Amino acid sequence: MFEIRCPYCGPRDEPEFKYGGQAHVAYPADPELLSDEEWARFLFVRDNSRGRYAERWNHAAGCRRWFNVIRDTGTHELVGSYRVGEQPEDAR
Amino acid sequence: MADRAEPLAALQGRINDAAFGGTTLMTVPFVAQVGLRVEPGSAAAGRVETALGLELPEVNRMSESGGRRAIWLAPDEWLVVAADGEERSLVALLEEAIAGEGSVVDLSANRTGLELAGPDARTVLATCCSLDFHPRAFGPGQCAQTLIHKAGVLVEQRGDDRYLLLVRPSFAAYVAEWLLDGMLGLKADAAA
Amino acid sequence: MKRLDDRGRIDHDHSFEFTYDGRTLTAHPGDTLASALLANGVDVIGTSVLMSRPRGVVTDNVTDPHAFAQVGTGSVTEPLMRMNEVEVFAGFEAEGRLHQGLLPTERESTRFEKRFAHCDVLVVGAGPAGLSAALAAADAGSRVILVDDHPHLGGALLGGEKLIDDKPATRWVADVEARLRANPDVTILTRTTAFNNGDQGAVALMERVTEHLPEAKRDGRALRRMWQVRTHELVVATGATERPLVFADNDRPGVMLAAGVRGFLHRFGLVPEKLVVFTACDDAYRTAIDLAGAGVDVQMVVDVRKDPQGSLIKRTRELGIEIRDNAAVIGTDGDADGVLTAVRVASLDGGVPEAIACDCLAVSGGWDPLFDLHLHVSGGSRWNRKLVGFVPDGSLPGIRVTGAAAGIFGTAGCRRDGHVVGLVAAEATGHGTTADGPAAPEGHDANEGPTADFVDVPGTERIHAFVDQHRDVALAGVDRALGSGIHHVEHVKRYTLVGTGTEQGRTAKVNAGRLTARHFGLDFAEVGISNARPLAQPMTFGSLAGRSLGVRFDPVRTTSIHPWHVAHGAIFEDVGQWKRPWFFPQGNEDMDAAVLRECAAVREGVGMMDASTLGKIDVKGKDAGEFLDRLYTGVMSSLKPGRARYGVMCKADGMVMDDGVVLRLADDHFMATTTTGGAAGVLDWMEDFLQTEWPYLDVWLTSVTEQWATVAVVGPKAREVMAVLAPELDVTQDAFKFMQLEDAVVAGIESRVARISFSGELAFEINVPMTYGLALWEAVFAAGQPFGITPYGTESMHVLRAEKGYFIVGQETDGTVTPLDLGLDWMIADKEFVGRRSLRRSDMLRDDRKQLVGILPVDSKDRLPEGAQLIDSAEYEIPVSMIGHVTSSYESSAMGRTFGLALVRNGRNRIGETIYAPLADRTVAVEIVDAVIFDQEGARRDG
Repeated sequence: MFEIRCPYCGPRDEPEFKYGGQAHVAYPADPELLSDEEWARFLFVRDNSRGRYAERWNHAAGCRRWFNVIRDTGTHELVGSYRVGEQPEDAR
Repeated sequence: MADRAEPLAALQGRINDAAFGGTTLMTVPFVAQVGLRVEPGSAAAGRVETALGLELPEVNRMSESGGRRAIWLAPDEWLVVAADGEERSLVALLEEAIAGEGSVVDLSANRTGLELAGPDARTVLATCCSLDFHPRAFGPGQCAQTLIHKAGVLVEQRGDDRYLLLVRPSFAAYVAEWLLDGMLGLKADAAA
Repeated sequence: MKRLDDRGRIDHDHSFEFTYDGRTLTAHPGDTLASALLANGVDVIGTSVLMSRPRGVVTDNVTDPHAFAQVGTGSVTEPLMRMNEVEVFAGFEAEGRLHQGLLPTERESTRFEKRFAHCDVLVVGAGPAGLSAALAAADAGSRVILVDDHPHLGGALLGGEKLIDDKPATRWVADVEARLRANPDVTILTRTTAFNNGDQGAVALMERVTEHLPEAKRDGRALRRMWQVRTHELVVATGATERPLVFADNDRPGVMLAAGVRGFLHRFGLVPEKLVVFTACDDAYRTAIDLAGAGVDVQMVVDVRKDPQGSLIKRTRELGIEIRDNAAVIGTDGDADGVLTAVRVASLDGGVPEAIACDCLAVSGGWDPLFDLHLHVSGGSRWNRKLVGFVPDGSLPGIRVTGAAAGIFGTAGCRRDGHVVGLVAAEATGHGTTADGPAAPEGHDANEGPTADFVDVPGTERIHAFVDQHRDVALAGVDRALGSGIHHVEHVKRYTLVGTGTEQGRTAKVNAGRLTARHFGLDFAEVGISNARPLAQPMTFGSLAGRSLGVRFDPVRTTSIHPWHVAHGAIFEDVGQWKRPWFFPQGNEDMDAAVLRECAAVREGVGMMDASTLGKIDVKGKDAGEFLDRLYTGVMSSLKPGRARYGVMCKADGMVMDDGVVLRLADDHFMATTTTGGAAGVLDWMEDFLQTEWPYLDVWLTSVTEQWATVAVVGPKAREVMAVLAPELDVTQDAFKFMQLEDAVVAGIESRVARISFSGELAFEINVPMTYGLALWEAVFAAGQPFGITPYGTESMHVLRAEKGYFIVGQETDGTVTPLDLGLDWMIADKEFVGRRSLRRSDMLRDDRKQLVGILPVDSKDRLPEGAQLIDSAEYEIPVSMIGHVTSSYESSAMGRTFGLALVRNGRNRIGETIYAPLADRTVAVEIVDAVIFDQEGARRDG
């Protein structure tokens, strides 16, 4: 069971959180300008790499804030977490 | 107005009987609770602090003045708590203070209270809550939103060994059952 | 074995009776089941799994490959309990079931608990290294938890005669224990096994709380307690396990591990008559020395090494014990029961074997450091040629291995390393510094000679020379696997079953790996051993479940009106975690009869239902309207305060996610309702967009689901009931229109009343604070009596809405259905909203998408099962193309017939056509009709 550091509330056990998929995938500013293929890529295609991966979590049972976590998908190490608007290098 | 129903009425007898070795569980059926959303550090937040006569607390803290308490829920969210019956005046006071910059919502029926107190209170919580309540990690004036197994709770430490749990009424029986069971086990341990 | 009255840590002055395999035996307080059986001369504890060979106790710890028993009877019986861990007591009952356990025949009545705990430093293992680490960390100011699986602290020190600071080691153990117990921030857990290491220091422990007590003395306490520890630093001081040597008939009762024999002496005062020691290392000489000291006739030490040197060998010689070097035990002899009577010893250079009579052969092939908790989190291991054992490789954050587990075998070395590790761990948690910490303890360990890299006796008979005694795998079995072309240790494991089963290869894996490497001429360091996965030891399901049973298993959510529903005989339906009244049967009514009656009451008179479980989200802020416009397919910003509008929302992929009515309370204030099951998910999803995509919007979201109880008053006579309940509220059509809200006093309670209908009938939804829900419900019920008001449940609600063609999220939709598929084109406003782009993806524009339609069985009495597939033709051969499926199917009181909703390919263009539902016993013809079947012109909603 992970212990995830909520950037607001501090470290908590995993059941308090909800997973939200890959981070830094913005909803397109004007979807109508995208081709079917571009739109489908936004909807359905995500990275699935070994190593450090930026992903979204929501502190559902706590402050309800969405934030980002850097997790090593190979070792399960949680490298750090950072707030929406911050960048992966801000993770701690 | 008509009578209100106490959310834990059906468990009241067992809750009363659960006490052991100075550790007790009590229902606090009605608490005036107002949800406050406001940008921290804003003029509106300042007006709220003036109106309440307290500083809006930082993360996982509670601040108190004149029987009213502001409990931190999120960076821009607090639960303002007062004695039963004060919800209406509290809403009016806060509405006036935020003046449209934020949100004030009466949540008095949205949660009910359970108070756990006594020398084994911390251990009772350890039977059902993964949070660290050791004095080095958590003390009077601190609060947290967390889980009692699968139910969300807002825990506020009210004294050295006194905890108030605010729970959605539909989860209150589930939470009470976990606390009662923890007390049952510890009571048996204490007797041995 | 026989008992010496002056040895061991048991209570010699008291004894009691217990039962094993129906035999009444005697034991002393402090005995384990294994020691008690040995003391009673139960040499054969059961038979082996494949070959049914007699087997006995092999060692004094949990690595014993045979010592498993069924403990207890009836509802308190547990399988495969480790005999070296199970403590016996008066009235104890067990059965020798070494391989296959029994489950309780009744519901398990045992209490198993769970406890959460946190610490800076968790030390697993209370031998010299673990005790030193715990003490150093605790003295530095860390919060420490120290666990050990024995009843007493001391670890390997309990099974020997070592000195520390010139005093018996047990004195040092007692001194350290006293200092730890005096520290309020130290928790000591004995009889506790650390069985799993998860992520970020989540270590699971199992404490045997009252397992060692007679049932009468358990007094309602837990049998076991699982601790879920979150630690910053984990110190693994779990020691090492001894491995056997492989030779013919090495599985005979009486053949034991050398340190185990020594342990039975020191812990339980048990000794054989005549002992032979067979070893590849120095440590087994301690067994010869200690047992000789206890008066045992030690016949010989057989050592596979040539000319071993060292202080232990010297001491053995001084005691007059014969040492046969460069020699091996090549076989054993037994009595009629198969129990050891003699061993045959021969030089490794050949020659005539010599038979030596003995009732115990103490074997040692060397030691394997035990560090499962390091391996559980992908920690590595490497073969140490000098130690002839695996040691931990590399370091993991927050995990430190020390003592024998790290390959450090001397007591002084263990104390020193443990001390340093304790200081380092404490420093890592912000307590003390290694530089300023107390000095490491003095002392040095006697030099021991190298362990021989020796597995099997050359030329030994292969059918009964066991590599894995637990799984009955002998050399011949390994030969077969290797001869079949298998060359990976994980494959050898699966082929032979070496290392599987309850024992998980504790005493077998290393030997099997070495045999594999040798067979292929490979370096064992490269070949390695099969993985160690959690759990480190098997645990019963009951003890893992703890108290998550019955009412505590999952929240059962109820509204404040629930007591009334129970009192009035409601049958309940689970909707998510909620219990909602499904229907309210009267007299002997079955469900169909009750639902027909309830529906008729709503269509003809007036009904009432508890709608409190709907999700409710308070949406406030200057941009609240704009925010909702971006999420719902329709426009919410154009709503006037005091009015409500139905809305549907899609995920980004364009599929319907949730729906509900949005109420505008003020210019900057809305309340959005969601489905009962969708409430939490919708709020998280709204917060997601608000926080991550549009943080500049002035919007504040608050869940108010449980702030409000909602009672719906529904039917042509609803207005009359409302007039009684709220005399000051003008409920006439002109004053109070459909989708209008009014604040009003209803039954003396300040309420928010809305004209919202999910049935097509005139309806008022009355919202009051949840605590007033029951009072309101009772008042509505009383006021409605003159009008025959009828409480109804979710089933009638479903029938009434289906008659009107209203879909239910999760019933008509399944994550593949768009608003267009549901015929909601009219709800797609000309503006951007989440998921809109998806609605013109080519796949969404296909003309053969499944569309929502109504269906009427041609036989108006025939009710289709929900989920039935639909096909084009009454005559068909399998395989047949499915063109759709039934999503809802009911009997309608209003229409006097059965009907349903279905998703059918291109369905809206096929209205009037007949299609077929092939069922197991019949094929039902159904006519496709418009989804709105009843009251198509909507004449009823205003009463």
